[in-house]
Amino acid sequence: MLLIPCPYCGARAENEFGYGGEAHKVRPETPENLSDGQWADYVFMQKNTKGTYHERWVHSQGCRRWFNVIRDTLTNEIQAVYEMGETPPEVDTKTYL
Amino acid sequence: MKSRYSIFSLARNALSYHEKWPQAWRSPEPKKSYDAVIVGGGGHGLVTAYYLAKEHGLTNIAVIEKGWLGGGNTGRNTTIVRSNYMWDESAALYEHSLKLWEKMSKELNYNVMFSQRGVLNLAHTLNEVRITKRRINANRLNGIDSEWIEPEQVKEWIPLIDLRAKGRYPVFGGSLQRRGGTARHDAVAWGYARAADALGVDIIQQCAVEGFDIEDGEVKGVRTSKGTIQTKKVGIVVAGHAGVIANMAGFKLPINSRPLQALVSEPVKPCVHCVVMSGAVHAYISQSDKGELVIGAGADSYNGYSQWGSNPVTEDTLAAICELYPMFRRMRMMRQWGGVVDISPDASPIMGLSPVKGMYLNCGWGTGGFKATPGSGHIFADTMAHDRPHPIAEPFALDRFKTGFLVDEHAAAGVAH
Ligand SMILES: Cc1cc2nc3c(=O)[nH]c(=O)nc-3n(C[C@H](O)[C@H](O)[C@H](O)COP(=O)(O)OP(=O)(O)OC[C@H]3O[C@@H](n4cnc5c(N)ncnc54)[C@H](O)[C@@H]3O)c2cc1C
Ligand SMILES: [Zn+2]
Repeated sequence: MLLIPCPYCGARAENEFGYGGEAHKVRPETPENLSDGQWADYVFMQKNTKGTYHERWVHSQGCRRWFNVIRDTLTNEIQAVYEMGETPPEVDTKTYL
Repeated sequence: MKSRYSIFSLARNALSYHEKWPQAWRSPEPKKSYDAVIVGGGGHGLVTAYYLAKEHGLTNIAVIEKGWLGGGNTGRNTTIVRSNYMWDESAALYEHSLKLWEKMSKELNYNVMFSQRGVLNLAHTLNEVRITKRRINANRLNGIDSEWIEPEQVKEWIPLIDLRAKGRYPVFGGSLQRRGGTARHDAVAWGYARAADALGVDIIQQCAVEGFDIEDGEVKGVRTSKGTIQTKKVGIVVAGHAGVIANMAGFKLPINSRPLQALVSEPVKPCVHCVVMSGAVHAYISQSDKGELVIGAGADSYNGYSQWGSNPVTEDTLAAICELYPMFRRMRMMRQWGGVVDISPDASPIMGLSPVKGMYLNCGWGTGGFKATPGSGHIFADTMAHDRPHPIAEPFALDRFKTGFLVDEHAAAGVAH
C-alpha cells in the first residue's frame, strides 16, 4: 500500500487515488497538422521507465485535484510531489536494468 | 543425443537413488558471435530458440537470460490455457498455440502436465452475458470449442459456488471451453530449454543485456554483463521489461508495465475440478495437483516493476473469492507474489519487426501470454528467420498503433488470463 502525499490533503492510502500515467506529455499545439505516426506517439507511446518516473495522480476520493508525483517504479519510493504546471523538482534519477 | 525420459529411465535411475540423472542442458559461456540472439529466457524466448533451431536450421544461437530460466512471468503465472478470444486474428493466434499445447509433452519428451480440465468464464452482469454469448458465437465460427452454460450447469462444474439469490455477485451463466486447462509452468521452460539445448542452442543464464550496438539503424551486437556479442538478429522477448530494452535501442513502445499478482492456499483435498474465471471481479481459481488453490488477482492500477503487487488488489480479489465460494473463508493463504506484465493498449500482443533493422519484438502479452507460449515462439521464430512477419503475426505489428487497426481483446482478456 502506497502512502501518497497529496499536496493539498497530506498523506493518504493509495486506494483514495486514481492514476493518470506519464506526466509532462505535451498535448500537440496543432492537432490538425499531425501525421498518424505523431498521433500514435502522443496517444500510445510510453516511457514506462524502470526507476525514477514522472507521473500524474488524482486524489479522487479526497480533494479530487490532480498533481504530479516522482516515484521510483521499482522500489515505490516517492521522491517528490508537485502541483500541475509546476517545473519538476530536481531528484536523484535512478534507472535499473 | 540426450537420454530419453521414460518409465525405464526412471526405474534405472531409481537404482542409483536418482543421483546420476544427466544434466538437462549445458551452461556455456557466451561465444563472441551468434547468428541470432534471443533476449529473455522465459517460455516465449525458449520456444523461439527451439523453433529457430528445429525448423529454420539456425543452430548457432543463444538465449540470454538475466536471472534464471522461467524466473519471470513464465514461473509466476496461474497457468490458465485457453483459446476462446473474440476476433479472427486472435483466434488464429491462440488456437494455433492451443494445438501445440496438445502435443507438447510428447514432442519434448517432457511432462508439462497439461491438463485439459476445462475453463469456465463466469458472467456476473447482463452486459457480460451479452458479450460472452457474442464471443462464444465468434469462437464457434472460428472452429474453437466454446459453449454457453446456464447457472445450474455452473453449479455442476463447481459445486462450491454460491448461487443463492443473496450472493454478492450473481452468476448468470458463463462460457466453457472444455479443451482449456492448466499446465506446469516450470516444466514448460525446462522442457523447451532441454529440447533447444539438444539442438545446439546456448542457454546463458545470469547474464543481463545492457545495451546494443546499432549502426545506421541496424543491429550489430548485444552488450551484456558477460561481454559484447556480435549478431545481426536479435529477438526481444522480455515481457514486462520490453520498455527497458526498447529504451536501450532508442525507441518507445505503447506498453505500461505493471505488477500482476497471484496467491496459493494451503493444500486441501480436490474441490475445484476446472478453472473458474470471474473477469468482472478479478478472481480466478483453479487447484494444483498438490491441492493448493491457485488464485489470480488483478493488475495494479499504476506502473511498477516490483514483483509484488499492491495490497488493495489482494484484498479485493480475496473478498470476491470469499463471496463466490463462502467455504474458502477459512482457507489460509501460503504465498503471494507478483510478476511484471507488459500491458498493451488493446490487450493484444505486439509481434514482428521493430524500428531497428534486425531487431524483432515479441511483447505486450500482458496478463495472458502463458497460454500463447508455444504458438508465439513458433510464429516468432518464423518471423525472425525470414525477416518478415509470419501471416498470423501480421495483424499484431507495432504499426497498428499508427494505422488504428487495433485488435481489441479487453473483453476476452479481462485483466484475465
Ligand atoms: C501473476 C500472473 C498470472 C498470470 N496468469 C496467466 C494465466 O493464467 N494464463 C496466461 O496465459 N498468462 C498468464 N500470465 C501472463 C504470462 O505469465 C506471461 O504473458 C508470459 O508468461 C510471458 O512469457 P515470456 O516468456 O514472454 O516472459 P517471461 O517469462 O517474463 O520472460 C522474460 C525474461 O526476460 C528476462 N529479462 C528481462 N530483462 C532482461 C535483460 N535486460 N537481459 C536479459 N534478460 C532479461 C527476464 O528475467 C525474464 O526471465 C500471468 C502473469 C502473472 C504475472
Ligand atoms: Zn487531496
